[in-house]
Order: sequence, then C-alpha cells, then structure tokens
Amino acid sequence: MDLNWSETQAAMRRDLRGWLERNLAEWRAEIGVELSGDTREGFAQQLRWERRLYEAGWSAVAWPEAYGGREGTLWDWLVFEEEYWRSGAPQRVTQNGIQILAPSLFEHGTQDQKDLLLPRIAAAEDLWCQGWSEPNAGSDLAGVSSRARRVSGGWVLDGQKTWTTRGAFCTHLFGLFRSDPDSERHRGLTYLLVPLDLDGVVVRGFSRLDGDEGFAEVFFTEAFLPDDAVGTSVVLGDVDRGWSVAVSAASTERGLLRSPGRYQATVAGLLDLWAERGGDAATRRRLAAAWMLVDAYRLQTLQTITALLDGVDLGSEASLAKVWWSELDIELHEIALELLGTDAELEGPWSKGHQFALAGPIYAGTNEVQRNIVAERVLGLPR
Amino acid sequence: MRFSLDDDREALRATARDLLAELCPPAAVRAAWTQEPDPSAWHALADAGALAVLVPESEGGLGLDETYLVGVVEEAGRAALPHPLTATALVAAPLGVAGTTVTTDLGASSAIVPAATYAEAFLLRSDDGLRLYGADEVEIEPVETVDSSRHCARVHPRGAGELVTGDAAATEAAFERGVLGTAAELLGLSHRMLELTVGYAAQRHQFGKPIGSFQAVKHHLANARIQIEFAAPAVLYAAYAVAHGRGDASRAVSQAKWLAGNTASVMGRAALQCHGAIGYTTEHDLHLYLKRSWALARSWGGAGFHADRVAASIGL
Repeated sequence: MDLNWSETQAAMRRDLRGWLERNLAEWRAEIGVELSGDTREGFAQQLRWERRLYEAGWSAVAWPEAYGGREGTLWDWLVFEEEYWRSGAPQRVTQNGIQILAPSLFEHGTQDQKDLLLPRIAAAEDLWCQGWSEPNAGSDLAGVSSRARRVSGGWVLDGQKTWTTRGAFCTHLFGLFRSDPDSERHRGLTYLLVPLDLDGVVVRGFSRLDGDEGFAEVFFTEAFLPDDAVGTSVVLGDVDRGWSVAVSAASTERGLLRSPGRYQATVAGLLDLWAERGGDAATRRRLAAAWMLVDAYRLQTLQTITALLDGVDLGSEASLAKVWWSELDIELHEIALELLGTDAELEGPWSKGHQFALAGPIYAGTNEVQRNIVAERVLGLPR
Repeated sequence: MRFSLDDDREALRATARDLLAELCPPAAVRAAWTQEPDPSAWHALADAGALAVLVPESEGGLGLDETYLVGVVEEAGRAALPHPLTATALVAAPLGVAGTTVTTDLGASSAIVPAATYAEAFLLRSDDGLRLYGADEVEIEPVETVDSSRHCARVHPRGAGELVTGDAAATEAAFERGVLGTAAELLGLSHRMLELTVGYAAQRHQFGKPIGSFQAVKHHLANARIQIEFAAPAVLYAAYAVAHGRGDASRAVSQAKWLAGNTASVMGRAALQCHGAIGYTTEHDLHLYLKRSWALARSWGGAGFHADRVAASIGL
C-alpha cells in the first residue's frame, strides 16, 4: 500500500498544469466566446482545442506512442484527468472515439484497423459517434433492429439509430447492426464502422433537454457500406458476434470513462461558490457530505486501478461506479442551485451542468439496469 | 501508487475471520445477550496477536500499524464480536496499555461505556487527560441498551487511577483511532447483513419465485452493495492516513465513520425490509447485527458530528 505519486507522475502533473494554463489562454484568445461543444459552432471551436491536445501528446495519454499517445499507465491517465478537469478545459468532443471505440479496437481490432484508425482518433481527424440506441432499443440494447445485409463487396444498411450524442457533427459512427435476419437478441449482430457521408445515410440533429443540438438521429436507407469504407475492414470483431465487442465498450463507458477528476473539479467549484455566497447550516452539511462522496469515488478508483493493474477483470463491477457517479453528479449540481438561490434560474454553467447531470442515470445503461446487473452478477441473485 | 489490502494484511484479516467464524458464531453473540461473553474468541484473538498489532515487537507485540489492524476490526464487526476490540487494540494499546481487556468512555458523550460489566481496565477522560482505572477503582451502574450483548454501563471513577497521557493531541489521536475502529466494525456489520440478506432472498419463495428475483428486492440490495463499495476504501484510507500521520488523518477518520455509518443504515433498512416479518423478531439472527449497527452508528460521533468536522476541514 503506497498512496504517494511517483516523481515521474508529479513531474507530469506539473508539466500538464502549466501546459493547460498556457494553452487554454491561447485557445480562448483565438476563439472569442467559448460555446457549448454540443452546438455546431462550439464543436468546431473544440476541435481546435482537441488538435492542440493531440499535437502536444495529451489527447490519449495511456495509448502507445505509435498511435498518438504517450505510453502512460492508468495512473498517468488518472493524473491527466485530475489536472484536465481542474483546469476548466472543455468536455472532450472526441470522447466517444477515445473512450468507447478505441478500447474495443485495442481488444478486438485487426492490426490494420488499429494502425489506421487509432491515430486518426487521437488526432481528432475522424470524429466518432456511437450507434447503439434505436427508437425501440434503449435500455434493451439487444433489441437492435437496424439491419446489415451482406452483398458483394460490402453491406447494405437499413434502419435508424437515435439519441446519438453529437452525431450531427461527427464524421463516423460505430454501432450494432443485425446481420443475421433470423437471429434474435444478442446473437446475429455485427459491430460496424460507418462513415456518415455514405449515400443513403441521413443525419438529423435535435435538441437535448438543455436546448443544444447535442442529439442526432441517423437514418439508413439502402445505404451501401463498402468493406473498406474506413480504409480497412468495416467489421470490428467477427461477423454476427458484435455483442461481445459492444459489451467490452459498454463497461468502459460505465466505469473508467468517468474519472473522479470531473467530480473533484465540480466540488471545488462548489467550495468556491460557498466562499462567495455562503449558505445555511443544512446546506453546509450537505456540501460536506457531497465532498465525502466525491472523495470516496476517488479512493475507490485508486483501488479499482490497483486491481486492474493486478490483472483483475473489471466486468460487472463497473455498474457500481456508474450508479455512484451519476447520482453524485446530480447531488453536486442540486447543491450548486441551492447556493445560487434565485440566480439558479439564469442560463450558465451550473444550470447547464445540472441538466447534463440529469442525463447520467439514463445514458450508458439506465441506473435501473445497472442495479439489476449489480444484483444478478455481483451479488448473484436469481434472474 | 498502490491501494489495496496486500497479502500480509489480508492474511492477518483472514486469520481473524476464520477464528471468529468458528468461535464467535451467531449463537455466541446471542448467548452474550444474557451472560458475559464467552472469552474463547477473545483469547484466540489475543493468541493470534490481534490485540497487540500496534504494540512494538520489543514489548511482545506485532509492531505493525493501523492498516494491518483495520481488517481485523472489520472482521470483529462482521462477527458482531461483543468484546471491546476497538478500545483495547486500537485506542489503548498504542498508549502503552497492553495485555488486558480495556474499555473507554472516549466514544460516548454521555459516558455510556460498553463491555463495562466485565472489562479489566477503564480508560476514562479526566480533567488532565486520559486515566486508566482498574475494575476495582470504578463504580459500575449498568444500563439497559437496545443491544444487550454490549453490556453497557455508566462508569464512575472511585480512585485516582493512573495518568496515561496528559497530552491533548494524544487524547485526540486516541479518540480518532476509536472512530476508525468503529467505522471498520460498521463496515463489517454491513458485509454480514448483506450476506444474510442475499442468502435469504435467494432461498425465500413467494408468488412461486425466490424473492431475490424481484427487481424491488434486487434494487434494495444493489443500493446497499453500492454503499459498501464506496465506504470500504474510505475506511482503509483512514487507517493508512492515521498510520502514516498524514495531514488529513482527522478528516479521513470522520469521513470513514460518516460513510460507514450511512452504509450500515442503508444496509440495515434493506436487510430488515427484505427479510420481512421473519427478520422482525429476536428469534432470527439479523437483529444481533442490526442492533449492533444502530449502537455503533451513534458511538464515537454520529453522522452530523463527523459531517461538521469534515465541513470545517474543507473550509466551510
């Protein structure tokens, strides 16, 4: 047991802190008013930010250098996340590619797929959105009905994806398509990599709860997907066996996608709000409690990373964290609104953050589904 | 950076767990409700060195730190061991009080002292610090409490006792070690209540199915399991912070106690609800653990007390 950062990690933290300070100032001077990354203009601003990150080697710290990373460990990743969120840098508009697609590529991709696609993800050249949800397949992902029909030289896609985050601004979609028309549920699905500029693909952005065009629905009508449409094979993993590929990504999204650094930064913001505005005794205790919940998440993550580095499989345990951080995020933002009083109604980072936090218990598998997973797979209760 | 209960610590914990499973089963806890607790588990813990983990090797102890002891104390919680392990091994032993069964009033504002009817020594607050009294130097006024296996009493010193420390910082540190131990016991109790309830929910049938197959029951238990998941690292960290004299040790023990207390509360409610009327009786074992958790949740400072300490430490 050793809860000290190494000298290397401490040095990386100092370098990164300085880099973020300088580069955020430069980037903000370039773009003028910083807009939400869930709008078209804001997305474009943040791509410029992403390219700065990439050029300095910060876009994917835990990846091999050959793919644009800096060969970091999970500890380095954690330090990066703490400093990143602490600095007030924007949300990562590349996160679906880096955090969800890439882990599946590392695990299931061919050498060609990794060599071609990963560097373009790190460099924010290909911008990936996820194609899991459909109008009739939300929590029940295995209910996917979009089809992929095998034809000579490729696939023909039909169907519809929806609630696709930043889909209107992305260049590519990864998702599950039913490739065996006679199959049901988890079988007969193929994980496909799809450029969004194919003929027969229509993307329509629509507004989320906060009014930003952060969602899209994606329609496929007899869309021909050539076998090499992404410069290499468009099938990730095996044909008809996409479920296991998607599931490996899903646990990443539930678990390590959410570093504690985000919540540490949010609670630091709450302490600032308290210092500016004060509050009553009940809110003081509530804020202290929230601080403890955030810190407990940080400590649990340290244990989780230790276990991962010892070779323990994260698996269903990710569901425990997903419920924790998503409910915690709402609590943090509700405290902020409480401290803001009538100002809470004003459009601003806290009201926006509150609306975003409310999505947490819904996306990446609703918390009801997560609790079922905890009960059945962690506790072993009968189905 | 490495945060886990590594092999040698885990081994000590496993030793405690195994011997408590054998010597402190529910029947032993139940028996302690009506008579002085059977000393066999306590003697076995002593033989295993568990009471002297924090005692230097030169004085016959194991010469280890709180990160080794915290797992043992958690196991005592899991077993609802009636004996005063936290007071003896964690609070008193580092003060040089070794080789006896010690109880203390540090944990209770109104000086309700557990294990008071059979303890050999009493570590009590006085105007000038902490004093140690022999059993013949105190007057015991037994009180009835919700968990009778704790054998609580109000304790009034008759003699002068022996000054153990007059140092305010040492007294505060002793209190904080007690908070840490109580948090660990609460965590162990939560683990036990979860095991009991998961086992019951899988076996009890209603409407033709195990009740554990119903989502409402699953979600109660998932919620409790999630609380445990995030309280456990905070308890281990508090032990580490105390052992290494970290600047945030005071806050860490309060955080651990607050989280472990809340967890035991959520777990206890879920356990009772999922056991239904079968758990709502003293004939079922659940009450042994549930009532202990109620007692410990308020001992050594309740949720509000510790939240306020944390609030002050983060500048609120």
